[in-house]
Amino acid sequence: MDLKEKLLSSFLVFENQLEDDAYLNDLRNDAIKTFEAKGFPSKKEEAWKYTSLNSILKEDYSIFPKQENSIEFSDVKKYFIHDIDSYKIVFIDGKYSSHLSQTTHDGMDICLMSAAMAKPKYRLIIENYFNKAATKDSLPSLNTAFSSEGAYIHIPKNKMVAKPIQIIHFSTGNESAIMLQPRNLIVVDENSHVQIIERHQSLTDNAVLTNAVTEIFANKRAIVDYYKIQNDTLNASLIDNTFINQQRESVASVHTFSFGGKLVRNNLNFYQNGERIDSTLKGITIIGEKQHVDHNTLVHHIEPNCESHQDYKGIFGENSTGVFNGKIIVNKEAQKTNAFQANNNILVSDKATINTKPQLEIFADDVKCSHGCTIGQLDESAMFYMRSRGIPEKEAKALLMYAFSNNVMSSVKIPEIKQRITKIIAAKLGVNIGFDL
Amino acid sequence: MLKINDLHASVDDKSILKGINLEIKAGEVHAIMGPNGSGKSTLASVVAGKEEYEVTKGNIIFNGEDIEELAAEERAHKGIFLSFQYPVEIPGVSVTNFMKTAINETRKAKGLEEMPAKDMLKLIREKSELLEIDRKFLSRSLNEGFSGGEKKRNEIFQMAMLEPQLAILDETDSGLDIDALRIVANGVNKLKSKDNAVLVITHYQRLLDYIVPDFVHVLYNGRIVKSGGKELAHELEEKGYDWIKEEVNA
Repeated sequence: MDLKEKLLSSFLVFENQLEDDAYLNDLRNDAIKTFEAKGFPSKKEEAWKYTSLNSILKEDYSIFPKQENSIEFSDVKKYFIHDIDSYKIVFIDGKYSSHLSQTTHDGMDICLMSAAMAKPKYRLIIENYFNKAATKDSLPSLNTAFSSEGAYIHIPKNKMVAKPIQIIHFSTGNESAIMLQPRNLIVVDENSHVQIIERHQSLTDNAVLTNAVTEIFANKRAIVDYYKIQNDTLNASLIDNTFINQQRESVASVHTFSFGGKLVRNNLNFYQNGERIDSTLKGITIIGEKQHVDHNTLVHHIEPNCESHQDYKGIFGENSTGVFNGKIIVNKEAQKTNAFQANNNILVSDKATINTKPQLEIFADDVKCSHGCTIGQLDESAMFYMRSRGIPEKEAKALLMYAFSNNVMSSVKIPEIKQRITKIIAAKLGVNIGFDL
Repeated sequence: MLKINDLHASVDDKSILKGINLEIKAGEVHAIMGPNGSGKSTLASVVAGKEEYEVTKGNIIFNGEDIEELAAEERAHKGIFLSFQYPVEIPGVSVTNFMKTAINETRKAKGLEEMPAKDMLKLIREKSELLEIDRKFLSRSLNEGFSGGEKKRNEIFQMAMLEPQLAILDETDSGLDIDALRIVANGVNKLKSKDNAVLVITHYQRLLDYIVPDFVHVLYNGRIVKSGGKELAHELEEKGYDWIKEEVNA
């Protein structure tokens, strides 16, 4: 049985276990029909031209992982940004882990999707926001069909959330292969500010396929900073679908650090539904072996006087492949839009590949849009310069790569994240650099 | 300290150095002058270990050791320093962090512990004062947006920090106004001692008014065609290079 058939028959089992909830069950039913009609995307589709899912779809994934053995915090501490005080929403094989988590209902809700779906007091938010930003593409639809658990965050208005929130999904490898479909909903009301760190981490070498959907709503003048740390094992694959719906004068940023995994596809979509909105999309990708990382971004400028800033840096070694497909749509009404996009890549191996493709669809006439992509090698003259000062080749390469990534690092607002990213980069490059960026 | 014997070098199969002989002893200042394209910068790069140049014949002995097989960083660790004609811009790495890395990597190579942060700061302060470098300058990205003079001053600052045995100054005077030239030359002179040596590569005699050489060599068409004392530099300044070319070609 192929994975699609397995999922369709699993849905019948899943459906039978669900609570009697006409509203959500109708959404799930519509979604599974959409997935059934569309199936998994293939390379024939323009948006998937450079990323084939074939190699990861052939595994025999368990769709409903068994209850996990408990994990001690000390075993997984290193996957947290543990040197800061934070809220934590932690899942193990798709199930909530209360002993690793630290949630709150004190003036805001930082808790679980399963609770939000079940309890009447959250119903209004669910009905107003759940599945309102996600597209009806096949993979988000598949997630919607099976949606039952994930992070639920609602920050009411005028609230500055003092601590960042970490959302971490662990997989244990208790079964040979598992598929996870976490569903996160984040609603940030007027004038509120929140910082979120997200990570998917496999704890073994068993195959994992995660098809995640995160919907983020940044209401009027809200500020949302989102950091995605992707440094998973070579058998873990991630399809990350993130949809950010911004209202007027809101500021939202997503930094995506892609250092690992077998196949990573980031579908990152911003919708600007008001004036004077600011959106930032930044990423650093450093991969090797046969890894594949695909950044597929969309910024949709719908209203006038908004800005978007995209800056993606990629360093590709060995047989790795990278894709950057950045789409900017500027509606006819969205005059005075400023949209910037940059994608710079370094190939450090003859066998590495990068496909980069800016796509601009501009229907307004008074806009500033710029895009640029570069593909190059490490600057030989800079290498000689550094080596002539006594810096060995490996360290010199690392310094150049740090320098190359610096633009992206400079907008990270949490110093501990910067330090962590610097350490991960240093470890990946096998060097010990005595300073942070 | 440095002994170059019958050195031939080429890049992309094009022969540039065609038999250089040169000996530099501790405490000496040598100048290499010559018209454009004579191979001056190539000689500097070959001694510093630039990989794209291929030594086809001869050798370079530094403190009794043939350094041909050594990488650029290993030569740096042994005390060879090259001040670049065109220092490379490295956005994202501050002058301070660059120097910290360079010094600690050099210490690591010598089996020493990293320099304590306090000592590093003291050293940076001391040496930046010597080159009249503003503190703010040190937190800027290396060479990025620096003026020509700032870049050269920064090169000599790095030299002061690393305290090499042999400093090769490749066209350090180009792009400098007279004040910057004085600061740079003053820095070099203060660093000079009986234990180290300086090789000044220049097209013009101007810098040699400030850094006074013990020996002047004229490089032409890949060979040293004439050597003399500092008066040779004056002669070249007055008469240009044509008479040398005529002498060689005759």
